[in-house]
Amino acid sequence: MEVAQETLTTPAPTTAVEVSGSVALLEALIVEGVDTIFGYPGGAIMPIYDALFDYNDKLNHILVRHEQGGIHAGQGYARTSGKVGVVFATSGPGATNLVTGLADAQIDSTPVVCITGQVFAHLLGTDAFQETDVINITTPVTKWNYQVTDANEIPEVIAKAFYIAKSGRPGPVLIDITKNAQIQKFNYQGYTQCNHIRSYRPKPIVRSEYIQEAAELINQAKKPFVIWGQGVILGSAEQEFKAFIDKSGIPAAWTVLGAGAIPTEHPLNVGMLGMHGNYGPNVLTNECDVLIAIGMRFDDRVTGRLDKYAKQAKVVHLDIDPAEIDKNVKSTVPVWGDCKETLPMLTKLIEEKKHTEWLNTFNEYTQKEVEAVIHDELNPTSPEMTMGEVIKQLNEITKGEAIIVTDVGQHQMVACRYAKFNKTRSNVTSGGLGTMGFALPAAIGAKFGAQDRTVVAIIGDGGFQMTLQELGTIMQTGIDVKIIILNNRFLGMVRQWQELFNERRYSFVDIQSPDFVTLASAYKIPGKRIDDRAELPAVLNEMLNTKGSFLLEVMVTKENNVFPMVPQGCSVAEIRLK
Amino acid sequence: MSNQDIEKQEFNITVYTENQIGLLTRIAIIFSRRKINIESLNTSPSEIDKIHRFNIVITESEEVVRKLVRQIEKQVEVLKAYYHTNADVIWQELALYKVSTDVIAEKVSVERLLRENGARVVVLRKDYTVFETTGHREETDNLISILQPFGLIEFVRSARVAIIKDSEGFNRKLREFERLEPGEEVIENEYLNQGEKVFTM
Repeated sequence: MEVAQETLTTPAPTTAVEVSGSVALLEALIVEGVDTIFGYPGGAIMPIYDALFDYNDKLNHILVRHEQGGIHAGQGYARTSGKVGVVFATSGPGATNLVTGLADAQIDSTPVVCITGQVFAHLLGTDAFQETDVINITTPVTKWNYQVTDANEIPEVIAKAFYIAKSGRPGPVLIDITKNAQIQKFNYQGYTQCNHIRSYRPKPIVRSEYIQEAAELINQAKKPFVIWGQGVILGSAEQEFKAFIDKSGIPAAWTVLGAGAIPTEHPLNVGMLGMHGNYGPNVLTNECDVLIAIGMRFDDRVTGRLDKYAKQAKVVHLDIDPAEIDKNVKSTVPVWGDCKETLPMLTKLIEEKKHTEWLNTFNEYTQKEVEAVIHDELNPTSPEMTMGEVIKQLNEITKGEAIIVTDVGQHQMVACRYAKFNKTRSNVTSGGLGTMGFALPAAIGAKFGAQDRTVVAIIGDGGFQMTLQELGTIMQTGIDVKIIILNNRFLGMVRQWQELFNERRYSFVDIQSPDFVTLASAYKIPGKRIDDRAELPAVLNEMLNTKGSFLLEVMVTKENNVFPMVPQGCSVAEIRLK
Repeated sequence: MSNQDIEKQEFNITVYTENQIGLLTRIAIIFSRRKINIESLNTSPSEIDKIHRFNIVITESEEVVRKLVRQIEKQVEVLKAYYHTNADVIWQELALYKVSTDVIAEKVSVERLLRENGARVVVLRKDYTVFETTGHREETDNLISILQPFGLIEFVRSARVAIIKDSEGFNRKLREFERLEPGEEVIENEYLNQGEKVFTM
């Protein structure tokens, strides 16, 4: 029997052994701590799948129904576990199906390593069967990518891939391995993890001068305001962030991807930023005197019109990626570095304060928003249900302990606005790319990444139909994912814009759906459809108490709008309540 | 002309990189994604073995160039990227001109032409002659206009190569990169370098 057919248990054998490139790859994954792979086999990746057959006890391979589902699952896994998501796909169409997920992971800084099969090296450039120039297709949407044509390269390249994916500002990495390299036997010297690449500096050096300057600005501020993003979560700096907030007494608001870094109920958590964020955080961005941005990148959905964004404020920007500093908003003090390091340095230098009056200003705005928007959204008197009341009811049952995975659109904004988060790594959504179809596969991955937690996917009727084939993955793995479809029989967010800005010219937003509950039952997933709010608490309890997955379709009012809203081209201060 | 156009000027971007297949694409798409034209691109070895050097010329405002350079430097295989105005670099472009030997011999005072344009003859054959000149854009352009009336058969100009006036080379910096933990003396932050003549990020 060939050595390659055996599984190597030690990372560094004392004497070199002959193994195939495929075995070297799987050994590398084990040393990197990989336990789950999301993938789909095909011709050009068959040698890797053949080797995988013998690694079944060490690597849990999840057969998805589409490669896009595979990478979204990898993203969901990475977001809840904090580890690197691993995805396998074959060449050609398998690899091109990853592109949406790569772009999503790139813009949302999600650590993912994709392994794609490629045709034999001697066939490269010949338009061989299932040959695509995957490296060039994926270059703009990966942090790094590399094509392996010789098995000898595999250990070093995989080590680099994991190091690059997870270090600094994380991101997706794609390694394309030609079939000959997967088969080729080579002298395997063991696997060593990478912790340095000459040309790559994952984090800039922290300069104490800027920490000092930032602390002075914060100490002098009368109306300081903290806005934080996913950087706090990616840097595992939740404790450091909380310590900073608690000592400084500064009101803090979050971007969609930053949600949950500190609990929703924290007294200084004043809510969500951006287009559909809360009233106070948006308006008061243009009234604060010092704006402290932590691990966020001033996305246009957060800033609204840039030339009217926080012009009165001095800006302190903490970010690990130097290219983000001054990219959209000019900083007064740039604090380059990992916020896990910079926040404690800052906390040490700032004075303990309570900005009671300033915090009250936020609360006053919250009251206005409650009266104008929130109360009716959460306690509607209309015969049809609202999305908000479903989230509210869910909060009451899960008590904010669940992982909420959302798709893209109205339901996403409503869920992010109203869902309660007690724990970090609880809000999984497609923020930057806005990928419809993200939620179902991401929820599957999220559950594999956090098996002891409840995962609830909240999805619109449009987005669900983009990746519903992953119900097959749920069926086959028996994974426990609770699915709530908020069905308004419209592509709601586009409809809302058409209503507000295109004189109700509802152009192709009227979408029909199959009977989702029957569909789920075809996949042996129990489900229910409700349109009466009286049933809501009982059916949510039933869903959460059901062992295994459950699909709940909630019929909600057709033409509800998400408010508040900062219309495109308007400043954050021009946020509309209706 | 808008204000933005007025601010625009030629910038020379110098990038020190590992020698990696695909890196050219990675750098090129940083420009093309923003619909910025690369006017000149040269890759060559650098003063250090196995480290390559890109010279890129674009016309943009300094603010845009600064952001582009940061995006370039963010690429895994890029060691360092700098930008300079034309005044901050010594730069040259090389041009070749092919003309009919008969025409040239008959109608032009070749000696004067060579002297006045700092040109030299690279190839002299019965049927054609190839001149070469090296210099700034105006100089190489000038010889085109002189030769054009005599039936310039072929013309080609190289990408620009530029040496940074005020730099001590990359050797010292590279030693820092090769260490796992960069030393305190490494200046990583442009804001601390405002006093220095050489811009470095």
